[in-house]
This record gives sequence, C-alpha cells and structure tokens, in this order.
Amino acid sequence: MATAVPPPSKRQRTDAANKAREQQDVEEIPADAGSLRLQFFDETTGLPIGQGPVIVPVADANPKNLELLLNTLQGHDSTEFIPYRFTLPVTDKKNAEPVITAFPTNIWNALIRPGLISTEEVQSISAAPQAVFRVQAVSRCASTIPGHGEAILAIQFSPKSSSRMVSGSGDNTARIWDCDTGTAVHTLRGHTSWVLAVSWSPDDERIATGSMDNTVRIWDPKTGKQIGSPMTGHRKWATSLAWEPYHVQKLGEPRLASASKDATVRIWSTNQQKIEMVLSGHKSCVSCVKWGGVGLIYTGSHDKTIKVWSARDGILLHSLNSHAHWINHLALSTDFVIRTAYHDHTGKVPDSEEAKVAKANERFLKAATIQGKVVERLVSASDDFTMYLWEPANGTKPIARMLGHQKQVNHVTFSPDSLSIASSSFDNHTKLWNARDGKFINTLRGHVAPVYQCAFSPDSRLLVTGSKDTTLKVWDMRTHKLSVDLPGHMDEVYAVDWSPDGQKVGSGGKDKAVRVWRH
Amino acid sequence: MERWRKLHGRRLDYEERTRKREAREGHKESNKAQSLLGLRAKLYHKKRHHEKIQMKKQIKALEERSLKSSTPAEPSTTPLPQYLLDRSNPTNAKALSSAIKNKRNEKAAKFSVPLPRVRGIAEEEIFKVVKTGKKTAKKGWKRMITKPTFVGPDFTRRPVKYERFIRPMGLRYKKANVTHPELGVTVHLPIISVKKNPQNPMYTQLGVLTKGTIIEVNVSELGLVTSAGKVVWGRWAQISNNCEQDGCVNAILLV
Repeated sequence: MATAVPPPSKRQRTDAANKAREQQDVEEIPADAGSLRLQFFDETTGLPIGQGPVIVPVADANPKNLELLLNTLQGHDSTEFIPYRFTLPVTDKKNAEPVITAFPTNIWNALIRPGLISTEEVQSISAAPQAVFRVQAVSRCASTIPGHGEAILAIQFSPKSSSRMVSGSGDNTARIWDCDTGTAVHTLRGHTSWVLAVSWSPDDERIATGSMDNTVRIWDPKTGKQIGSPMTGHRKWATSLAWEPYHVQKLGEPRLASASKDATVRIWSTNQQKIEMVLSGHKSCVSCVKWGGVGLIYTGSHDKTIKVWSARDGILLHSLNSHAHWINHLALSTDFVIRTAYHDHTGKVPDSEEAKVAKANERFLKAATIQGKVVERLVSASDDFTMYLWEPANGTKPIARMLGHQKQVNHVTFSPDSLSIASSSFDNHTKLWNARDGKFINTLRGHVAPVYQCAFSPDSRLLVTGSKDTTLKVWDMRTHKLSVDLPGHMDEVYAVDWSPDGQKVGSGGKDKAVRVWRH
Repeated sequence: MERWRKLHGRRLDYEERTRKREAREGHKESNKAQSLLGLRAKLYHKKRHHEKIQMKKQIKALEERSLKSSTPAEPSTTPLPQYLLDRSNPTNAKALSSAIKNKRNEKAAKFSVPLPRVRGIAEEEIFKVVKTGKKTAKKGWKRMITKPTFVGPDFTRRPVKYERFIRPMGLRYKKANVTHPELGVTVHLPIISVKKNPQNPMYTQLGVLTKGTIIEVNVSELGLVTSAGKVVWGRWAQISNNCEQDGCVNAILLV
C-alpha cells in the first residue's frame, strides 16, 4: 500500500485561500477611463524631465510602464535601463494638504475612482532613480555569536564583503568575525578600557579602534595584529573615527581623524602613528567627525556648533551655529561611497592602485554630482529635537530645518542614493525626510523604546533600525511600512550595520552576543 | 620663648635634634605598646587603633587619586556606547529587566517563592459575622472581611439584601511597595489582581491580601520589554508583610 500524501497544513490552506481571494479581487480598468497627463520631475534635482506633459492611458499607467516610458524619454539604451520609484502628491481628504504617496499599480482603483486625483489635471510625478541591484530584506538570525565578555558598543562591516565584521566591546577588545560561518577570526587585544568606536578603512586593509583609554589603535584585519604603537595624544576618550576618503588619499598613506571628549579632533598619519594636525576650537566634547570627499572635515560637538575644517592644512573654514543644544551625530550625502571607495555591488576590484583610485573617484563624483556640480550635503542631529540640512561649501546658512521629533535625535543617516534621510530618536520613532529640501516624508512607528541607530540597505530600498526595546525592525522605503520584525536580542541593541553588499545585517548590544541577520 | 627665638634664633643643633626625635618616634611608640599595663594600655591602644584607621583611609584615598591620574575613570560600571555616555540615564528599571531575564533562564527558579510557607488563618479570624438589622441577625449569613483586600476598579456592589461578603472601603488597597530582591530597588506600583491566596481559593476570588499572597503588579512604568520587543506590564510579586497590622502592602517581585 502506498503512503498517502498528508493533507495540506492549515498554513498552506490559508495561503491558498488568500491567494484565490486576491486573484478574484483584480478588477479591470474600464476602457473608457480616459488618459492621464503626467509631468515627470527628477527627484534628485527637482527639475522637469522632457518637454511638457506626456499623455498615458489610465489602463496602462502602472509603475512598470512608466519606468519604460521614462527610460525612453531620457534616451537610455535598453541595456542601461534604470529602475525608478514614482511618487505623486495626493490631496489628503482630512486636512486638504498634499501627501506624497507612491504611484500605485492600479491607479484607477486607488486614486481616480475615489476622486483623489482627476484626469483633467496634469499630475506631477517625481521619479527617483533606484539601484540596479536589489537587496532582499533580512528575515532571520543566521548566527548568534557569543564571545565578548561585555556589552557590544560598535559594529562595522568590511567595505569589501559581508563575510567580515568588526565589533568593539566593553570587555576592552575588538573582535573580527567571519559572518559566513558565524565564528570569531581574530581578537584585537590591547586596549585597557572599552572600545567605543570601530572603523574599517575604505580599502579594507586596516581597522581603527578608539577607546575609553584615550588611545586609538590600528589593526591589520588579515592577521589581527596591531600595526605600530597605540596612538596616544587625546586627553579623554575617543568618540568617533573617520578615515580619509580613498580617492583623496596620498597613495599608501591613509590618514585618520579621531574625535574625542577632550574637545579636539586629531588627524593621525596611520603609518607612523603620529599626530599630523590637531583641530582645536570646539569648547566641549566632539561627538562626531566625518571626512568629506571634497577636502573638508566636519565635526559636531556638544558645544552646539558644527565646524568645517580644511583637510589639507586644518584651517577652520566655517562654524555652523544654528543648533540650540548638543550635536549628536552627523551624516554626509556621500557617506556610503566614501566608506566603500572602489568596492561596488559587482564585487569586482580593479587590479592596479591607479585604477582603484580612479574608480573610487568616479563613484564619488557619480554620487555627489547634482546638476553638474559636486555637492556634499550634511545633516546634523541634535539634542534640541531638530535637525538641520547644510551645504557647507555654500556658506553657513542651513538649507532646511527639520522639525517633528519629540525627543533628542540620536542618529541620522543618508540613504546611499542620497535621496532620503532617516533619523532615529529617543521618542521611539524613526522619521524619513527628503534629502533635497528637507521636507518631511513619513514616520516609522513600531518601536516601543528609544531607537538608537538605523542603517540603510545599499540599494536604499530598506532601512533597519535597532532599539532599546531589544528588537531590530526592517522597514520598506516604498510603502514606509514595517517589512520584517527581528526579535532575538536579549537586551538593548546598541549598534547595527548593514553590509555594503547588502547580504547581511550585523547587530550587537547589551546582551554580549553579536547577531548576524540575513535573508 | 617665642620672643627669645625671634631675637636669637634656634639652637644650632635644633634640626638635628628634631630629626633624631622623629626617627626615635616609632621605636618609642612600639616600646609603649609593648610595655604599658592596665588602664593606660587600654587608653593607649584605643588611641592607636583610631590613628591606624585614619592612616589606612588616607593611604587608600591617596592610592585612588594616583590611580585616577593614570587611567580615566569609567563613568559607569556597565559599558555604554559613545552616544549614551554623557546622559544621565535612569538605569534601575533596565537593570531590573535584565536581572529578571537572567534568572528566568534557570528553570528551577520558576516555582520558588520568597515565602514558601505561611501561617494558617482560621475562617473566624478573617470573617466577622454581621448581625446588624432584624433579618440579617436572624439568618446570620452576612460576613465582613477583616483583612485588607484588593477590589478591582470595575467592581460594583450588589444590592445590600444579597451581599454576602462586605469588603470594607478602609481596608482596600490599590498599590503595593514592590521590592526587587537582588537590586534592592523599591517601587510603588499599582496592583492588577490577586493571583493566589495560599490560605483558601475563595480568598483568591475575594482578593484578600494576607502575608504570602501572590499578586500581579503593573510594571509598565519601569519600561521593561520582552525579548520580542513588547512592553511588559504585569509581573507577579509575593506579599511579605502582615498588611492588616502595618497599613501598607509590601511585596517582593518574583524573579
């Protein structure tokens, strides 16, 4: 007697029923629905695309067709088609204010039939170019790696691949992990107090760690040995580290900037472990330092100012004084390309040094060029519940002030395509902002405790947030809804990072275990 | 003497003599300590004991000071990321939460309570027979509860004619002083319900608060979260005092 196939499980049955219901719900768009007049705008610049509006039949107006249309309008070759995300302003029924919504698949049912938009008017559609590759949302915990003896305070993935990650901990060590197998590779011993900041150099050759014991150390990620001697000079602990961007480095002589509680920023030559410059001018703890790709260093401090320094000679260029309280964090529109230098989503690394620099430079220019100008934008998060968007090269006036958070804003990031900004705050919410003009887009609600950090996926389609409530949450940037909830940590999540190739998310916190999440 | 000193200066061998006297001091003290007898010895040793304590304290303070100059003091014992360092965080509640979690991992701890056995209380002690009124006095089925009780917020009394148990307003409690046994933190928390009165299941229903009763308290203001990221709001505690004698409810959180 043959074994009978077991009956479908309840899950399978409900799935099938749901699918059947969904298929029933698909409604035809009537043939006489008319046509829409669409005017496309480029989201990066805000300028119109093409000459005047385009007429599209309502039946054919779905994002896929619009993508095709827009690519043809711009004369792209079929091999280099770019995916786009379309949004349009729709008047809200309640307060009669336009709300930016994603372009629906069935515009007839979603917007025209309810009377939200009309076919009589020209619709202005803003098109945001998307990454050609797609990152899948992380959904499970691939490995929980114990090893650290104390809370994990900082985490960063290698710019080269998602298989290596470094974490700094309260047990005075930093560790390098192999994320494919979930094992420890090297333990970086030497610090005599907590490791507060870790940073992988853009060429994947060195790791810098900053610690509570006032020193900064450089390590070789391949051998796990310390390079040279500890870099002493700070009088208080190091809070933040920034490597010199690869395309502006003198070949083989990378420099490192470290911010400290002692109100100074020191620029180190990492080969000799010597101080090259001391940027002093802040009056209080420097909370964040960023090294921009156009020869500027940005520092934010607890003395309420952001200072912009020349990276060449350490001269103070601007002081941006709009905030009313501590600056907690800074983010650059070019952060992602500076961090990854010549490592892109294809995983191909140029052979020669010159080709590497050329590629890094090309990637930087591509990311930073808006309307033919190289523009590096800066956003600052502060304890005064607000954020400011700056263009430091153009003077000390902010572009926009971003209001809306109800508690201190702790962390802020630019999306890798530098089209949106995510800010996480102690008021349990993450908010999204338009990076061009600082307009509010949406609030991501879901955490029940302060959100400490957030990280974009490299294709900017997803965002992961880590919170005091012990969970990570992955958010979809198109619908602005929760995509995946990732419980698993036993205690507060202090650090979270998305690998530059998009495969994995690493997180660590008070429960002393590093967790790696993947699809 | 002072005038003479000002006019003529000190003896020429003054420095030498003081040095020698100071050098002799230790020997002299030790000799005294060994040879004194009776009350003098007692007084002397008491004085010396105090001196030694002061000396040790001073040495310790000096050592600490020199330690501080070499390595920076960590602002707190638990490691914190850079962005939380200069903030004054109320850490009690979180410490509470993690201690609870650590303890829960040990399975055996689940069924142990701080007060494993309680004094039995007779029904006569808890219930007083109400004999007011003509009819009630005849029947004698109405009872007044003489112990403190917890009465839920949605409770409404039944008509007096049918009301069998009276829970006096003056003996009702809404809040308890809940102590975390390991951290020694005490918080004033609202009671949610009475989970188990070890005396009698009926007392559980009536919400009688006696020593050893398990109650559920509202810990939401502490901001604890579960591992799935939901806010914890109810947690069990055991009453540790005789509420009827003290006029308050003290409880120990079950961890």
